Amino acid sequence: MKATAINSNFPLVSHRDASLGYRRREHALMLLLMSPAVLVVFVLLLIPLGWLIGQSFYADGFTLEHYQRIFTEGIYWNTFWVTFRISFIVTLLALLMGYPIAYAASILPRRWSVLVLALVILPFWTSVLVRAYAWLILLQRSGVVNESLMGVGLIDAPLALVHNELGTIIATVHILLPFMVLPLYATMQKIPHDLIQAGASLGGTPLHVFMRVFFPLSLSGVLAGMTLVFVLCLGFYITPELVGGGRTVMASMLVSRNIQLYSDWGAASAVSVVLLLCVLAIFYVVSRLVPLEKILGAK
Amino acid sequence: MNKLSLSRITFMGYVALVLAFLILPLLIVVPMSFSDSRFLSFPPSNYSFRWYDSLFNNPGWMSAAKTSLIVAFSTALIATPIGVAAAYAINNSSHWLMRYLKIVLLLPLIVPIIIVATGVFFIYALSGVLYTIPGLVMADVMLALPYVITAVTAGLHGFDQTQEMVARSLGMNRFRAFMSVTLPQIMPSVVTGAIFAFIQALDETMVALFISGGQNQPLTVRMFTALRDEIDPTIAAISTLLTAASFALVLLLVLARRQSPT
Repeated sequence: MKATAINSNFPLVSHRDASLGYRRREHALMLLLMSPAVLVVFVLLLIPLGWLIGQSFYADGFTLEHYQRIFTEGIYWNTFWVTFRISFIVTLLALLMGYPIAYAASILPRRWSVLVLALVILPFWTSVLVRAYAWLILLQRSGVVNESLMGVGLIDAPLALVHNELGTIIATVHILLPFMVLPLYATMQKIPHDLIQAGASLGGTPLHVFMRVFFPLSLSGVLAGMTLVFVLCLGFYITPELVGGGRTVMASMLVSRNIQLYSDWGAASAVSVVLLLCVLAIFYVVSRLVPLEKILGAK
Repeated sequence: MNKLSLSRITFMGYVALVLAFLILPLLIVVPMSFSDSRFLSFPPSNYSFRWYDSLFNNPGWMSAAKTSLIVAFSTALIATPIGVAAAYAINNSSHWLMRYLKIVLLLPLIVPIIIVATGVFFIYALSGVLYTIPGLVMADVMLALPYVITAVTAGLHGFDQTQEMVARSLGMNRFRAFMSVTLPQIMPSVVTGAIFAFIQALDETMVALFISGGQNQPLTVRMFTALRDEIDPTIAAISTLLTAASFALVLLLVLARRQSPT
């Protein structure tokens, strides 16, 4: 008797033969299990996003004035230009600094590669605020960097390293570098050693083998790392606000100021929508080449 | 690779420099925190514990730390079961809706955090949970879900589903089969997910800047305002403690890796 009872709600036979009713119930159960997570994201993210999009077209009725302002007013244009410029520079620097690190971690003996990775993960797990504070100490007028440069005699007067774009870029590279290294390392680790040895045994110089075999195989990691760093940088707020001293205005600061200083939700939401569209477009294009999970894996 | 060529030395030198760039800024806060002076001069002329004193005797900082810990624990407690359920469903279902729902659950990682903060601020202002601890926790749960789901999905991939099937065919109901057969085996990934959720909530600054206030300010928000308005070495003391905590975590991770055979 028991056996039939079990059989009725559990197919012992293969999936193909499962009854339609069983599959329906299975689907319903899975969607039910999914629902709390989806509900949280729906209420706290999707509804507000819809509202933001609505707001961006609203000022006593339908209007395009908020968008017009972005494309005609100098401050808005300039902010987006600065945001993209900083993101480009940061992404490029992060690649130039991150690729060798990931490469070293992938070719060094295990003992050393663990150390290299630990040194990358350590700042990654340290609060962004702590790192912003450290850079303020290092880069200020009478900070460590200026004092030592003057001590060596390279400069006569302290350089303006902080509360400007330069300081923002330095600190942002520091914060985003691990997001470059981790996807790069994940990709490089999967490149079979045999291929490198095969290249070498066929007479390639190390540089040649690297350029023709290793580097092309690491490109998906390069793309994943660059995308992640670029997109994160587009939405950066805390570092430019603190290290940039509020003078280097990036897109996210424009959003926050419009809300907190001017209560101008129309302007804030239009800037948000443009920023979001940029990010989604980048993710969409890149996700055709590299799976989304791979890009977000490091995050 | 054993040959010590010039190019190899140059390469390793460059790598060492970049690693120094990553690490040295974290170490600089340590001597600062033992400074005797109000000013940010480095190295400090005299050493003292006065900033640790002022940290531990300041009710404002202590209550912020308490808020942070309460929020982080509650977030891990709520996000973990919700995330495990979702990961289980993602792993077991081939329904066409799942593909879209999966992307929805990744959205908190994709949408720039300033936009998330603005949106949450708006919906909280409407529903009256602005400046409350439950409000903070729910926002952190949303932000933590992708981490929990990713970790647990990875765990479920390495688990042989037929074991659960066997338990069920022997008469266990699905929930019990999951709890007694599947869960114990994917426990490491669940714990990883819970730790990620905890750290994410402890570290979250941006959304909290918008939705926390008054009595219920977490540590990060207080640090942010202190850094922006008046930098004093109390921040260095907190930073040193936080850095020490992350050193300890990474050391644990490295040791755990050393022990594992792979």
